[in-house]
Amino acid sequence: MKILVAYKRVVDYNVRIQVKPDGSGVVTEGVKLSPNPFDDIALEEALRLREKGVATEVVVATIGPADAQAHLRNGLAMGANRAIHVTTGAPIQPLTAARALLKLVEKEQPQIVILGKQAIDDDCSQTGQMLAALWGRPQATFASKVEITGTVAKVTREVDAGLEVIEVDLPAVITTDLRLNEPRFIKLPDIMKAKSKPLETVTLESLGVESGDHHKVSAYAPPPKRSKGVMVKDVPELVAALKAKGLL
Amino acid sequence: MSKILIVAEHANGQLNNSTAKVLSAAKQMGASAIEVAVFAADPAAIAAQAAQLDGVTRVRAVANAANANALAAVLAPQVAALAADYTHVLGPSTTFGKDLMPCVAALLGEAMVSDIMKVHGAHRFERPIYAGNAIITVECPATRKVIATVRNASFAATGNGASAAPVEAASVNATLPSHTRFIELKAGASDRPDLQSAARVVSGGRAVGSAENFAIIYKLADKLGAGVGASRAAVDAGYAPNDMQVGQTGKIIAPELYVAIGISGAIQHLTGIKDAGTIVAINKDGEAPIFEVADIGLVGDLFKIIPELEQAL
Amino acid sequence: MSDRESMEYDVVTVGAGPAGLAFAIRLKQLKPDIRVCVIEKASTIGAQILSGAVIEPGPLDALLPQWRKAPPPSCVPATHDEFWWLRDKQHATKLPTPPQMHNAGNYIVSLGAMCAWLAPQAEALGVEIYPGFAAAEPLYDAAGAVCGVRIGDMGVAKDGSHKPAYTQGIDIKAPLTVLAEGARGHLTKQLVARYELDRDSDPQCWSIGIKELWQLAPGKGTSGKIVHTVGWPADTRTYGGSFLYHLDGDRVAVGYVVGLDYADPKLMPFELFQQFKHHPHVKPLFEGGKIVSGGARAIVTGGWQSLPRVEMPGAILIGDTAGLLNVPKIKGTHQAMRSAMLAAEHLAASGKAEGFNFVLRNSPVMAELRKVRNIKPGFKKGFWFGMANAGWETVTAGYSPWTLRNKPDYQQTRKLDAYVPPDRQWLDRDLPPRDRLAAVYFSATEHDEDQPVHLHVADTSVCVTRCAQEFGNPCTKFCPAGVYEMIGSGADMRLQINAANCVHCKTCDIKDPYQIINWVTPEGGAGPNYQNL
Repeated sequence: MKILVAYKRVVDYNVRIQVKPDGSGVVTEGVKLSPNPFDDIALEEALRLREKGVATEVVVATIGPADAQAHLRNGLAMGANRAIHVTTGAPIQPLTAARALLKLVEKEQPQIVILGKQAIDDDCSQTGQMLAALWGRPQATFASKVEITGTVAKVTREVDAGLEVIEVDLPAVITTDLRLNEPRFIKLPDIMKAKSKPLETVTLESLGVESGDHHKVSAYAPPPKRSKGVMVKDVPELVAALKAKGLL
Repeated sequence: MSKILIVAEHANGQLNNSTAKVLSAAKQMGASAIEVAVFAADPAAIAAQAAQLDGVTRVRAVANAANANALAAVLAPQVAALAADYTHVLGPSTTFGKDLMPCVAALLGEAMVSDIMKVHGAHRFERPIYAGNAIITVECPATRKVIATVRNASFAATGNGASAAPVEAASVNATLPSHTRFIELKAGASDRPDLQSAARVVSGGRAVGSAENFAIIYKLADKLGAGVGASRAAVDAGYAPNDMQVGQTGKIIAPELYVAIGISGAIQHLTGIKDAGTIVAINKDGEAPIFEVADIGLVGDLFKIIPELEQAL
Repeated sequence: MSDRESMEYDVVTVGAGPAGLAFAIRLKQLKPDIRVCVIEKASTIGAQILSGAVIEPGPLDALLPQWRKAPPPSCVPATHDEFWWLRDKQHATKLPTPPQMHNAGNYIVSLGAMCAWLAPQAEALGVEIYPGFAAAEPLYDAAGAVCGVRIGDMGVAKDGSHKPAYTQGIDIKAPLTVLAEGARGHLTKQLVARYELDRDSDPQCWSIGIKELWQLAPGKGTSGKIVHTVGWPADTRTYGGSFLYHLDGDRVAVGYVVGLDYADPKLMPFELFQQFKHHPHVKPLFEGGKIVSGGARAIVTGGWQSLPRVEMPGAILIGDTAGLLNVPKIKGTHQAMRSAMLAAEHLAASGKAEGFNFVLRNSPVMAELRKVRNIKPGFKKGFWFGMANAGWETVTAGYSPWTLRNKPDYQQTRKLDAYVPPDRQWLDRDLPPRDRLAAVYFSATEHDEDQPVHLHVADTSVCVTRCAQEFGNPCTKFCPAGVYEMIGSGADMRLQINAANCVHCKTCDIKDPYQIINWVTPEGGAGPNYQNL
């Protein structure tokens, strides 16, 4: 069985995000880029399924500019068999990503598409769900446990009320939550081996998917600064202040 | 003029108060009508609750055995079928709404706005990116439908109105898939709300002094029905397990109420709570940085204040 | 021996700073078929590089003659120099710029950005660069020569047990190992001791440099301007001074350097830096601005007298790990790169470490150090003597027939009862960062908290007894990241090590009065994530 992993390159989670002084964007020049942590978890899960004998091939795919190749080699170093690079100039929005992934799905016919529940740059949490809807297949989002038996996946999902268990018929889309697994470290010799693993490049346009934003972003701003509130002098005043805010 | 459909979230016969918050956001979108859709096996009770909310003009109750549990694959085609009459389709930014709404958008061939935190008009919204470290203003094309989720922590819940809106049964023409099946819901391990999603959180810092003393934090949290967190210093000192750590290297949370007890407010901790609705700080040191960002601050000995506070609640 | 996986190269380079990268590039230029790798403990190249910096472009011109056509980002030609003496907390006097601080023809750069720019050029030549992998220890062959390095294990829990993702570090075997670790390299420390490389030289000396990158209010920057100050807030017996370099886009690199031979056991170099920013002559520049990033690093200052033997069986030392920085210029990058290129040329010609020590000691790198060798040691006798001596040494171009000696920094700290601190005249502070924990935030330093503590204190009972009494636990003060804390009091007092805050500056390893702190590498990829520092 083949697993397709959508593997996005994002600004590293450690980077202190700076909005450009003119509000036209976030400073990305010279800033460290890394695999989306949730996508690393997705890739790890796919690799474990392969190691368990459930899957036979793990294909890692990214949609990004030409220099995203190194990012895909990272995925190959982690253990993916093959990589697909869909090249496009500017960052794309989730609906476009879902449409592009659908094209890959139609060609590759994977039994599972697995990706992170959200990307830590745009925090949209849409792509996996949109892909499932466009594909007409099930989705199991925010997965914290995945069990595959034959053509059925039993997935435990982290929801607000606790843990929900659902069953989906494959092929299906799974999106990963933080507690699903801990991704493996990459070993130096594997970085060497990754250089010779197959990496296919295809343009977004050639897939028949239009780039371009569905929604325009008209401004970027830093978060509102919290400022000092009121000081109360004792517990009764505190309780009164909380009641006044409708919190008690 | 906008015509808005809100997809209601509910559980165990109770309307989730996220619906009332989505409603508050919807009211800022220049709507001539705001309607709520309730999908359930038997929607009557929930629909009645939704009808009470101030500003709701109609409730559409979609009864179907398949709707007994909220499954995105089952609900999305139904929402999409109803959506034809509306300019906006909104859901809450809860796991329910996040799971469902992108499917609705994709079925309608539309993009989606996640996590609206501020409404500037029917087609102009602010939302957080980079874990809230930047805020963007998004412009949706006026000629297309707006599909969106609304951030819980950013809107107060609308209360009940003077009269109830009409509740109408709605039948929906949609083929429902069978490829997704609900098995079970295991409620959270403890009775205490999960730290990551709790509406209220009480946290203890190093000043609490010991793992035994942390009991007073738990007691207060239970009185408030709150989740419990800890600062890194408290976790490092062994007073609390590390899955309770709130902050840059722990959990980043956005409860409506955050009570920081004996926490100095180092920037690393503040990163974890910067989106909280109201921050209350209790600390012996009046110079502690937490007071610079706390909405309500009380300087004093936590060992005297917390028991007193618990009594007063 | 274990059945550990290994990889083999002709040369393994430890550290992807200017020395390591220049070495690898030059070697590949001379011997395109040689197999050379560079391993780097930071998660990306440049992430743990911190320097002023104003660089002399000569070595870069020699290494990459076309570099000016595609220069690194954040590279601004120097336009003018200023030298100020802050007389006290209120007054400042402009002095003539000392000759060593004339920067015409030089460039203000972000050294981290420059290394990130050099790395792909090295890779294009076939150098293999591996960020995120820390060299934990040297490997020795049967004859006792260095034969490579061992990469540290990943996924080890705090108690030493293996976490589920545990991955054993591989051995990188090579007939030649090049240490390019920067100031106070931890492998270098081991090798200097093992091969007695410092037997015939003075002890090494260091300063600590603490730096911040600021985004000023629009229009406040003067691109190309270079300012150095001496005087306040350092007292006359403490070697200290500041730098302030204007990059482009209203960005300014500001920092403070404190000699680690300071005597005051209670001195906090971090506080000196923050005070400096509040001097009325300095503060207006920062008002309305904000910090973008910050960090700290030790600076090697022993120079000519303290240079150890730089070759040993199977390995050589280059750059700041050897100790080639020119103190009066406060520049080490050009020296590091020159030494790196000399090493590459020597290796291409001879194929081995042997002979490199002679080559380096008879090169312009050493000549430059010799010329200024008496300047820094002169400051041991205080600010005024130091300045006068510096003047003499500059005029005589280092031809003084004598050589002042260096003493170990850690021995210079006076005991609490033997030292009366001067009235430091501290100002009230309101510019960020408010304290060390806030400063650490801007270093974006990150360590998985569940890993062994990488700061080994040989005997923590010393901390709560002798050190507390004699020196008052200076580690709690000299660490710029607040790693060390004494918690509790009386019989309950104990040392707490907040290892996750560490910015890898190495100050504790250098300045601890009992020399019981040994810094080792944490898990690869951990530590600061400096941006444009």
